[in-house]
Amino acid sequence: MNVMDTRATSALLYLDGVHVSFDGFHAINNLSLTLAPGEMRAIIGPNGAGKTTMMDIITGKTKPDEGTVLFDGVTDLTRLDETRIAELGIGRKFQKPTVFESQTVQDNLLLALNVDHSVKGTLFWRGSKPESERIDKVLETIRLTDARNRLAGSLSHGQKQWLEIGMLLAQDPKLLLVDEPVAGMTDVETHLTAELLKEINKTHTVMVVEHDMTFVRELGVKVTCLHEGTVLAEGTIDQVSSNERVIEVYLGR
Amino acid sequence: MTPHMLTRSLDRGATIFLLVVAALGVLIPLSNLLLPAGSFLQVPTYLVALWGKYVCYAILALSIDLIWGYCGILSLGHGAFFALGGYAMGMYLMRQIGTRGVYGNPVLPDFMVFLNYSKLPWSWYGFDMFWFAALMVLVVPGLLAFCFGWLAFRSRVTGVYLSIITQAMTYALLLAFFRNDFGFGGNNGLTDFKDILGFNVQAEGTRAALFALSCLALILSFLICRSVVSSKLGKVLIAIRDAESRSRFLGYRVESYKLFVFTLSACMAGVAGALYVPQVGIINPSEFAPGNSIEAVIWVAVGGRGTLVGAALGAVVVNYAKTVFTSGMLAPYWLFMLGAMFILVTLLLPKGIVGTFNAWWDSTKEKRAGAIVASAAAEDGVTEPKMAE
Repeated sequence: MNVMDTRATSALLYLDGVHVSFDGFHAINNLSLTLAPGEMRAIIGPNGAGKTTMMDIITGKTKPDEGTVLFDGVTDLTRLDETRIAELGIGRKFQKPTVFESQTVQDNLLLALNVDHSVKGTLFWRGSKPESERIDKVLETIRLTDARNRLAGSLSHGQKQWLEIGMLLAQDPKLLLVDEPVAGMTDVETHLTAELLKEINKTHTVMVVEHDMTFVRELGVKVTCLHEGTVLAEGTIDQVSSNERVIEVYLGR
Repeated sequence: MTPHMLTRSLDRGATIFLLVVAALGVLIPLSNLLLPAGSFLQVPTYLVALWGKYVCYAILALSIDLIWGYCGILSLGHGAFFALGGYAMGMYLMRQIGTRGVYGNPVLPDFMVFLNYSKLPWSWYGFDMFWFAALMVLVVPGLLAFCFGWLAFRSRVTGVYLSIITQAMTYALLLAFFRNDFGFGGNNGLTDFKDILGFNVQAEGTRAALFALSCLALILSFLICRSVVSSKLGKVLIAIRDAESRSRFLGYRVESYKLFVFTLSACMAGVAGALYVPQVGIINPSEFAPGNSIEAVIWVAVGGRGTLVGAALGAVVVNYAKTVFTSGMLAPYWLFMLGAMFILVTLLLPKGIVGTFNAWWDSTKEKRAGAIVASAAAEDGVTEPKMAE
């Protein structure tokens, strides 16, 4: 593994001078960002600001052209693949909810549990009490206990979003990357999701990408605004939303 | 296989299937051997051999369903693994001929004498021993599948691209086996078998025993497939089939899972081929023809992808139809019928025979359960039964 001798930073996630371009389009431009352990951070930015590409880089789906991406101060994420990064403890919820539609809600959670993921381990797997207790607990947290035996494909859009958050909880990663968790949700569901994320943040470090400003305000955490692949402003939601350049970018110049 | 895996794998459908295959495997040989020839209940020997062939096809179909139905790997070259298993068995049978061949050479099979071979090629070493040939039936297809899969899955070749290279693989093997200097009998293949483990391959008793053995192999293959798909590994396979990259982000090494089932499936196909060859009496390069592999995929689609029982049933139904329609007036139109069958099943029964039956069974069961809830509610004096969410 790519472990450095000494911890380079106290941050859980450390991005410095990251560049990515696709066919000459600079999706990420000299991006630097740090996330402290236990922090929750909201990432905002107009379409094409590079929010999803940033998540792709952190989870190993896209390799940066240059720059440093360190996890836990010691691990160079740019040299690992998706599976290794997931094993290290970085979980991701996608923009479009991707649950395993043809399997039941509880099987989705079972698949997400951070237990032995080897071929041999799953072939000879037999359920255990701590495992089913953890699944019960997650089901309760995401309010899907009654739907546990339903196929995930039959859930409503909001329930699928929660199931996916539940899968992140079952994975129990050190860092959760949550991409647009409230897209397409009703106001009530949005509120409940904010509560859920705050609850999760008590024990996990979280990075949330979201367009919905009411939701970001409700989270009440530090906000980073991206634009054209680089950090435009950082601070509380009030500071960021009163920043002239942010207003310019969002309203068009 | 541990006991808990076995009990978990046996649901009602699986148990019925196993009982039916076991009954056929016992009753057909007994009726053939014990009842007087020509009596109403006696199964004639030609039918025993024919049905033995169907059973081998059913094993091949199971192996395709395991990877296609559960892991989404559409192999259009599975006939290659079947044929390789067949060739391994054929080589054993050739070396059992000994001095009874036309040229009477104790070591070299007839075609080698004819082609002026001075000594046995190294690839034929060991095939005079049954245990070695039986081992090769598993090892050769398994090793090819492992190397092929290792390269393909690691490079993340999926979908139609994977299907195309599997076609190319079986076609390349077809061309190689056609060559005389490849050392496996060229376009004539291997035939004129005399005996297997000392028993005459043409004898009724041997044919009946081979049929029973094929049924046993079908039962074992089915149990292996069921244990795999009903384990947690089966859930991972379905997860990979439905959302491959999501599975990666959960920490599953997708290529290892694919490699495992692909290799297992190829070994099963090899066993099917090995049992097929002594029952039909010949193996030649046409078994590698790309069309054969595509036909096997059609069996699975007709029977019901992702059901295992359906795959086996589809193999028998389509091949029975083939036997009926390729003899007689309709013979020239068989390929059109096969094509039409595939189109009709895709349009009208996209889940196949067994998949459609399962869906119907589940919905009637739900209705019945709903009716019971309703009547119980009525007895309790509740006039308006609420639908359970």
